[in-house]
Amino acid sequence: MVMTIIGGGLIGLAAVWLFLSLGRVAGISGIAANALLRSRQNLWPLLFVIGLGIGGWIAYGILGARPVESVSFEQSLGLIVGGLLVGFGTRMGSGCTSGHGVCGMARLSKRSLVATVNFLAVGMLTATVMGLL
Amino acid sequence: MSHFSALLAGIIFGMGLVLAGMTDPDKVLAFLTLNQYWDPSLIFVLGTALIVTFVGYRLVGMRATPLFDGEFHAPLATTIDTRLLAGASIFGVGWGVAGFCPGPALVGLMTFDPRAAVFLIAFTLGVLVYERWFSLPSGLERSKPRTADG
Repeated sequence: MVMTIIGGGLIGLAAVWLFLSLGRVAGISGIAANALLRSRQNLWPLLFVIGLGIGGWIAYGILGARPVESVSFEQSLGLIVGGLLVGFGTRMGSGCTSGHGVCGMARLSKRSLVATVNFLAVGMLTATVMGLL
Repeated sequence: MSHFSALLAGIIFGMGLVLAGMTDPDKVLAFLTLNQYWDPSLIFVLGTALIVTFVGYRLVGMRATPLFDGEFHAPLATTIDTRLLAGASIFGVGWGVAGFCPGPALVGLMTFDPRAAVFLIAFTLGVLVYERWFSLPSGLERSKPRTADG
């Protein structure tokens, strides 16, 4: 529980730092799409993404843990279907957990509140129904 | 300096995601699955992140400009339209199936989590399909410069 609160605090701190230093909102689906498609115009999204990896290594070092090292065929099917929908949906809906759920809600954006309630409810419904199957 | 700032923001964000448990899709699915094993801890991740960001944005909003840019770039769109609702719902289904959202998946890829690699190949395809056939002509980046209001 302590770690989840420290983790949440760091996420908030990173979002505030990006806004203070570059005036940018930390919406990762948008940053990822720009890093992927438009790095030549703007380098900062790619650097943010590289930072995510470095931060991940540091945190796994602190925890003395590693991510799992294998993935089953059955699990891969879910990851592929989920990945397609998350890629498409976050672009169409202009944001994901970070952009709408953290940054947009902190800006008191009605769009982000509606989006966050929507994807949380649909995500819970989907996972719960999948758990029953 | 601005490049270093972006890198630093990514590092702090990535650490936060791992420490919070967001990079473990099993933990995320245990939060999204409402049954007798429900794990509510991720509510505290979102809650803490939201409080820190809310306060921080207000403090930053007192400045005329960011430290290393001429202006703030907050999203301008305000209308709640079908694209927002449909997009968020499609994202929600994908999140509920896979247990990954984009940030944790990127951290996972770079820390050699094979689940994240599989997810991100499909994610990239989903982004490209949207951008190629479904994006609005002016919808590539719905963000224009404006002065700070948080």
